[in-house]
Amino acid sequence: MLELQHVSFDVSDERDKNIGIIEDLSLVIPDRKFVVVTGPNGGGKSTLARLIAGVEKPTAGRILFDGTDITEMSITDRAKMGISFAFQQPVRFKGLQVLDLIRLASGNRNLSVGDACEYLSAVGLCARDYIRREVNASLSGGELKRIEIATVLARKTRLSVFDEPEAGIDLWSFQNLIQVFERMRKDISDSSIMIISHQERILNIADEIVVLADGKIRSQGPKEEVLPELIGTDAAVNACQKLL
Amino acid sequence: MIEMDAIQKRIIEEVADLHEVPEGAYNFRANSQLAGRNTTANIDIVSKDDGSGIDIKIKPGTKNESVHIPVVVSASGLKETVYNDFYIGENSDVVIVAGCGIHNCGNQDSEHDGIHRFYVGKGAKCRYVEKHYGSGDGEGKRILNPGTEVYMEEDSSMEMEMVQIKGVDSTVRTTTAKLAAGARLVVRERLMTHGDQTAESVYRVELNGEGSSADVVSRSVARDRSWQKFDACITGNAPSSGHTECDSIIMDEGKILAVPSLEANCVDSMLVHEAAIGKIAGEQLVKLMTLGLTETEAEEQIINGFLK
Repeated sequence: MLELQHVSFDVSDERDKNIGIIEDLSLVIPDRKFVVVTGPNGGGKSTLARLIAGVEKPTAGRILFDGTDITEMSITDRAKMGISFAFQQPVRFKGLQVLDLIRLASGNRNLSVGDACEYLSAVGLCARDYIRREVNASLSGGELKRIEIATVLARKTRLSVFDEPEAGIDLWSFQNLIQVFERMRKDISDSSIMIISHQERILNIADEIVVLADGKIRSQGPKEEVLPELIGTDAAVNACQKLL
Repeated sequence: MIEMDAIQKRIIEEVADLHEVPEGAYNFRANSQLAGRNTTANIDIVSKDDGSGIDIKIKPGTKNESVHIPVVVSASGLKETVYNDFYIGENSDVVIVAGCGIHNCGNQDSEHDGIHRFYVGKGAKCRYVEKHYGSGDGEGKRILNPGTEVYMEEDSSMEMEMVQIKGVDSTVRTTTAKLAAGARLVVRERLMTHGDQTAESVYRVELNGEGSSADVVSRSVARDRSWQKFDACITGNAPSSGHTECDSIIMDEGKILAVPSLEANCVDSMLVHEAAIGKIAGEQLVKLMTLGLTETEAEEQIINGFLK
C-alpha cells in the first residue's frame, strides 16, 4: 500500500518565486487496486508519479510504502523495495539491447532468452525480432513504449506506476496496450497499479479514479461514481478523438 | 615454442582471447623475442632479413583461415618498433588477429610501436582485429603507437576492429588507407581512457577508385583526467561514398577533441561526417536506477553497452 500524506512540491521560477505544483495532497493506493489518475495537462500528474518513484523529493509531507517512510529514500532503494516506474518518454540507450534491459529489470542477469521473450510477447511485440535490438533511435515511439512496459512487467513489483502509457503511440498500438493493461488488472493479485491516463478505455479498467487539477485532488472514488462526470471532458477522451 | 610466464599468458588472453595455442598460422612475440610460430600450406610467416619484423604472405584463394600475431611486453624500459607486412592474396578470405599487451611494473617507460602494412589483393576479404591492453602498477609508462597502412586493390574488402579499453598510458594511432575501385573499408574503433591517459586516433582514408566506400566509426569514453583526440579525414577522389562518425561520452574531468573532416575532389563523391560528445544523460541513469541499480552500477551498464 502506498500512502501520500500532505505532500507538496514547489519549484522556483526565474524570480525565485515559489510555484506549487502539488499542494497538500493526501492519497492512498491500496493493495489489489488498479488506480487511474487523470485530469487536465499541467495539473501535476507526472510530478506525482516522479515523487512516488523518488525522481523528485517533496518539499513537504511524507510518503509511506507498506508502512515504511520512504520520503528521503533514493530511487534505487525505492525500486528495491518494490516500486516500478514506466516513463512517459522512454529513454534510449546506445549499445544496450532489449535483452539487457529486461535482464536488468528482472534482477536476474542470467534470465534465459526464452523467459525474456515472454515479457515482450506480453506487450504485443514479436519477441524474436526485438530481443537483440538495441534500445536506440532505430526503435519507434510505440515500440519503445511497449519495451518500457515490458521492463515493468519483468520487475513483478508490489507497485507499478505508469506515466501516460498512451502518449506518443499510434492507435493500432494503443488497442494492443489496452489488452496488456486489462491482463494486468486480472493478474494483479496482491500488488497495486497506478496509471496516469486520459484514455476512457483505460479509465474503464480502473477500480478507482483520481482527478488531479492544479496540484490538488478534485475528485476521487470508485470508477462507477467518478467516470460518468468525466465523459466528454479532456480527462476522459475517446482514443479516436485523442489520437487521430 | 618458448614457455611463457603467467603474466605473459594472461596478457595474451586479454589481447587475443587465446587460452591455448591457436589453430592456423601464428607468430608470438614476447619481449622482442620470437616465442612461437606456425605456418600453414597457404599462410607463410617469415622474419625480415634485417630483423625489423615479419612478412605474412597469404596465398591467393585462401579461405577461412586465420593468423594470430600477438605481442607481449612485460619488461620495464623496453622500447621497440616492429614492421609487419601482410600480403593478402587475391580472392582470399581471412581473419587476422593482432594485439599488444604491455605489463610494466618498473619505473621506466615501455613502448611498442607496431607498424602494420596491408596489401589487400583484388577481391580479397580480410577481417582484422586489434586489441591493446596495459597492466602493471609501476611508475613507468605503457606506450603504444600503432601505425597501420592499408592498400586495397579492386573489389577488396577490409573490416578493422580496434579496441583499447584499459591500461595504456599514451597512444597515437595512425591509420591510412588507399582504396581502388569497388573496394570497401569498414573501421570500428572502441576506446576508453582513464587516469591521466592520452589517446590520439588519426585516420586518413583516400577513396581513389570508382565505387569505393569507407565507413569509419569510433565510440569512446574518456574518464578521470584523460584526454582523447579523434581526427578522421576521408577524401573522395572518385565517385565514391564515405562516412565517419565519432560518438563519445565524457566523464569526470575527461576531455575530447573531435576533428572529423571531409575532402571531396570529385562531384560524385558522397561524404558524411557525424560527431557527438556528451556526458551520460541523466535520464538514462534515472531509468536504470528505477530498475534497482545504484548510480555507479547504472553508469557501468551504460558504458559497457556503449562500448560493446
